[in-house]
Amino acid sequence: MAQIVIDTANHIAGYAAKAARVKVVAAYPITPQTTVVEKIAEFVENGEMDAEYIRVESEHSAMAACIGAAAAGVRTFTATSAHGLALMHEALHWASGARLPIVMVVVNRAMGAPWSIWPDFSDSLSQRDTGWIQFYCADNQEVFDTIIQAYRLCEDERVFLPAMVCLEGFILSHTYMPVKIHDQEEIDAFLPPYKSGWTLDVNNPLTHANLVSPDWYMEFRYMIQEAMENAKRLIPEIDKEYGKRFGFQYGGLIEKYRCEDAELVICTMGTMGAEAKIAVDNLRREGLKVGVARVRVFRPFPVEEIRKLAEQTRMITTIDRHISFGMEGFLATEVKASIYHMKNKPLVAGFIAGLGGRDVTFKTIESIAKKSMKWLEKGRVEKETEWVDLKE
Amino acid sequence: MVTIKDLPKEEYLLKGHAACAGCGPSIALRLLFKALGNKVIMVVPACCTTVIQGPYPLTCFAVPLQNMLFEATGATASGIVAALRIKGLEDITVVGWAGDGGTVDIGIQALSGAAERGTNFIYICYDNEAYGNTGLQRSGATPYGAWTTTTPKGKKERKKDMPFIMAAHRIPYVATACPSYPIDLINKLRKAREIKGTKYIHILTPCPTGWRYDTSKTIEIGRLAVQTGVWALYEIENGRFKLNPPSDRLVDKTKRKPVKEYLSMQERFRHLTDADIEKIQKWVDEDWEFYRTLTTLERCI
Ligand SMILES: Cc1ncc(C[n+]2csc(CCOP(=O)(O)OP(=O)(O)O)c2C)c(N)n1
Ligand code: SF4
Repeated sequence: MAQIVIDTANHIAGYAAKAARVKVVAAYPITPQTTVVEKIAEFVENGEMDAEYIRVESEHSAMAACIGAAAAGVRTFTATSAHGLALMHEALHWASGARLPIVMVVVNRAMGAPWSIWPDFSDSLSQRDTGWIQFYCADNQEVFDTIIQAYRLCEDERVFLPAMVCLEGFILSHTYMPVKIHDQEEIDAFLPPYKSGWTLDVNNPLTHANLVSPDWYMEFRYMIQEAMENAKRLIPEIDKEYGKRFGFQYGGLIEKYRCEDAELVICTMGTMGAEAKIAVDNLRREGLKVGVARVRVFRPFPVEEIRKLAEQTRMITTIDRHISFGMEGFLATEVKASIYHMKNKPLVAGFIAGLGGRDVTFKTIESIAKKSMKWLEKGRVEKETEWVDLKE
Repeated sequence: MVTIKDLPKEEYLLKGHAACAGCGPSIALRLLFKALGNKVIMVVPACCTTVIQGPYPLTCFAVPLQNMLFEATGATASGIVAALRIKGLEDITVVGWAGDGGTVDIGIQALSGAAERGTNFIYICYDNEAYGNTGLQRSGATPYGAWTTTTPKGKKERKKDMPFIMAAHRIPYVATACPSYPIDLINKLRKAREIKGTKYIHILTPCPTGWRYDTSKTIEIGRLAVQTGVWALYEIENGRFKLNPPSDRLVDKTKRKPVKEYLSMQERFRHLTDADIEKIQKWVDEDWEFYRTLTTLERCI
């Protein structure tokens, strides 16, 4: 039986791990991720979840244990934030290189120094090139649904890659929302038992991940790139099927809102995407033709979808909760790269906002949109990267 | 009692491996499989064994082997053990096989965590007293005075006492060994397999390339390490310390050969002065006084 629970995104992530019938969880606590693993510990201890819970001594070990368990043939889960994710970095490459379908929740938090426990995307976006699929969620229901979808995707033989499901610390992690926990039998029907490309097996004794000469290494990397391309095709299909079965659907790679006739498209990720919808409704009432494109999947990047949007609109404004120092926000870079080959390109402006948990409300987004509209009238972007609400 | 003749004929370390001639660790590996057979899953971090196994698509291992990050052996094994338990495959022995660098230095955290959690596996440190893979730099297990590529004038610090660090984790079984005493090593491995929990075996594995001696002398060097008392063969079972033959006969100092016999066979100690050698002899003698005390105790730690 499906049930509605009112709970935080972190607890909901725990419900999703349980619903996905995860068999090994290895995790280490860090704010604001802690309540994910506390919830799972509770489920395991009271017998609601038939899993081994390894209380490791670091995040590096958490990922290493997930790699070991996934390699030994069971579904695995972990969760972390910021410094924990950074500590895992080396193991993230290993997990994707070994083609293990591990799913991890990243509760986004800013990186120190100085210490901050509040959200931005600098933690997960710093892991952009590790070969992990990256989802970004806008509400608690999406957190639940995306975790289930992620397992289905990662364990598809055309993919066999790990995935991060990212949600912003506190904004979602500690905020109560009603969430539909779908019927277990229906989830089981959607998500078959664990599947991976290979298993450590005494009856088939293979050596995994030994030294590879330059004769072969590039081919292994190319296969990961192909898997990412496959994921790009499969994510919308899986999302659609999920929508049919469960009634929740998220636009596949990009969730678009009132983009059809928009002159300006606000392109952003996570909860800023939800906030931007309110801003768009308000701006539309003022007669401004604005839409939102919430990038739900950052890797693989939805290049084609961005191009399609770019064909319909005159300007794309990105809002990045992240900065690549010495350059700009990643979203700005990726959007520009995506449209480079087009003949009639829209203008692109990049805004940096919400770092270290600074509030980004619909009002912030409205003023970003209005500034963009002014530049659009003038036919040029006056400042390629603008920091929002910066103190003098 | 097992004798060499009773050992299985099967080889799970296959021919054609890429170790240096006279490599001590590869002898220990062969004995490992003689002891445990092939119902084994191995975790191997970056170390000489990464090279020994040969490059993709070849391998010299006839058991499933997970190559892994340098510092992650303990944690990776934890994941495998958990998965096997939930799959009901607990008759498979999980073995972590790491060098001294991967054990006493960079991997000590993951190993400590795995041991503290009581992970049911055998962790083996094969100790060639340097970072062999990367060209023989010093490690925390390099002994005082030894030349390495990062201690060109000899290491100034003493060797870390890893077996006792592991014993302090209150794990059920800690043992030392040396492939020059193959039956002792095999007995220890088989005993470890029957015990539930974390088992730690530290094997001194002479390395002709790093220790700079003739490749035909590996077994002899290992014997001398034991006969001089530089390396003691012992077990710590549930906290109780016990010397094994032939080390049990060496508590009496007159039975031990002078350390000089061991040191002078290796070029890595060539530059040692008489004063250095005296100092090392004194430390070895002190260690044996310590062992003598430990043998009288119910619990050594
Ligand atoms: C994080 C990390 N740092 C450094 C290395 C480089 N590295 C690979 S093997 C090795 C030394 C291994 O020494 P040891 O564990 O003693 O094993 P041996 O090579 O002697 O068998 C080093 C430093 C690495 N692979 N990973
Ligand atoms: S360097 Fe030493 S331990 Fe490494 S393969 Fe050569 S002999 Fe063996």
